[in-house]
Amino acid sequence: MKNHKDIFEVIFFARGGQGAKTTAEILAQAGTYENKFVQAFPSFGPERSGAPTKTYLRISDHEIRTHEPVVDPDLVVVLDDTLLDSQEVAFNLDKDEFLIINTKMAEHEVREKLIQRGGKFEGKIHPIDASGISLSIIGQPRPNTVILGKFVQVSGMVKLESVLEEFRLIFEKKIGKENCDKNIQAIEKAYDSI
Amino acid sequence: MNKKNKKLALTGGAAAAEALKQIEIDVMPIYPITPQTTIIETYAGFEANGEVDTEIIKVESEHSAMSAAIGASAAGVRTATATSSQGLALMHEVLYIASGFRLPIMILVSARALASPINIHGDHSDVMGCRDSGWIQLFCENGQEVYDKTIIGMKLAEKVKLPIMVIMDGFNTSHSVENLEILETKVVQEFVGEFEAVSPLLDTENPVTYGAVALQNSYFEFRIDQEEAMKNAEEEYEKIAKDFEKISGRKYDIFEEYPASSAGKKTEDVEKIMVLTGSAAGTAKVVVDKLREAGEKVGILKINLFRPFPHQEIAESLKNAKEIIVLDRAQSIGTYPPFYSEIINSLYGNGRDAKFCVSTGREIKSYIYGLGGRDIFQKQIEDVFMGKIKSKYIQ
Repeated sequence: MKNHKDIFEVIFFARGGQGAKTTAEILAQAGTYENKFVQAFPSFGPERSGAPTKTYLRISDHEIRTHEPVVDPDLVVVLDDTLLDSQEVAFNLDKDEFLIINTKMAEHEVREKLIQRGGKFEGKIHPIDASGISLSIIGQPRPNTVILGKFVQVSGMVKLESVLEEFRLIFEKKIGKENCDKNIQAIEKAYDSI
Repeated sequence: MNKKNKKLALTGGAAAAEALKQIEIDVMPIYPITPQTTIIETYAGFEANGEVDTEIIKVESEHSAMSAAIGASAAGVRTATATSSQGLALMHEVLYIASGFRLPIMILVSARALASPINIHGDHSDVMGCRDSGWIQLFCENGQEVYDKTIIGMKLAEKVKLPIMVIMDGFNTSHSVENLEILETKVVQEFVGEFEAVSPLLDTENPVTYGAVALQNSYFEFRIDQEEAMKNAEEEYEKIAKDFEKISGRKYDIFEEYPASSAGKKTEDVEKIMVLTGSAAGTAKVVVDKLREAGEKVGILKINLFRPFPHQEIAESLKNAKEIIVLDRAQSIGTYPPFYSEIINSLYGNGRDAKFCVSTGREIKSYIYGLGGRDIFQKQIEDVFMGKIKSKYIQ
């Protein structure tokens, strides 16, 4: 927000193969359904399964012209908490900004880890056991799906209905109605989680 | 303006495929292996789903892809392909055949770096490598421009009978999801029109030869004809872009001045002008807005049409600038980078109007940025405007 006042900017930290790009693109489509302007793109590099990746998302009510990578996020989403050991996930994240993280750790444990790496961090942390929810409802580890619900809850940038509509559009044919419904149930659970 | 525009979120590659689908390509020869892009992946999906009636020919190299495109286009059908980086370099030899034959083939290029060292990220080295090959070259800033200029470009190529490259930044545009509005298919088809081949090879009633020898007594004249056709392409581009504005509401001059001239009147207060193209132009526009708010008299000249290069119009546009800053995303090793050379040619070139050739106290700076996919940030562009980067490289 500091850098681009009218644009909500997000960085997703994940590992290659965890589907952060899909997550960002679903949210971009959802924003488009609501007549917002969006941008979603990965930090381009060699795509290796398991290697750390960054994906960027911008949502705005105005035309987005910049093409620079997001340098000053309003929200950071971490899909894998082992990234805390190697990535500066809270860089440029201020006290009125948010961090969503897929983890079994409690909020204060995440904060301690962040402080160990990068000094003071005062932003709001939203830990969610997205992998756990995914395993129990979908039966597979799909934290990138579950985290959609948390993103909507925390950011309020797009509506849950738009996200679910896009999810169904992409996945119902691919994975079948039953599996798609389970995913949607998991997204809703994350949306309702505290 | 058409009211039934549809707003979508697509990658630049998918935007190009969408435009090609609406235009209706007859033959698309492709080499489907890296460095290929999502353009043909998306288009092959359309073909597999029966959404297009295109013959996709999978070949064993980009050289073969262009050779097949030349065969198809000479036979008399609308032909397009897509490539980038080393793939475009491998086509190089046959690019000259396509332009010499005056075939309106389209390549969608996701402009990328060339090896060695191996790198397939965003960069303009590949397209600059074929800037003398007799192809029209049209640059795009974002996904919307890719869609629009694919439509404009196809019509232009067929009108002036020259092949065309519609160029987007590799990855920055080709793989980024952005918003765009698309036109109704029937509006696009009416705009581009039916393809009418001139002297097709398969018209057996009127047999012709393609690929004949032209020796000392005639080769020279063929080359002069090509130059004339290319020159003519500038005026035709302007006409077609104007017609496109009528159906879309979107305006694409041979180059774009930002801030835009209002009511035909140029923004007079622009003292420092940055010349650049591609996705970085969008980033630079944000910087211009910010600096102008702070009272800096800065602006941009974004190159759209690079071949043919509109020297005279650009000289006119730059004539009052006190400082000109040229950003290239390619080198020309051993001499000045491509855009910079063209700008110098525009201002001081042989045969130009003498009034543009006055160099009193004017600075024309050259910078190279973004090689091999190196990101460029607003802060760096701001520093360039403010004269804070002393090196010729924005690293």
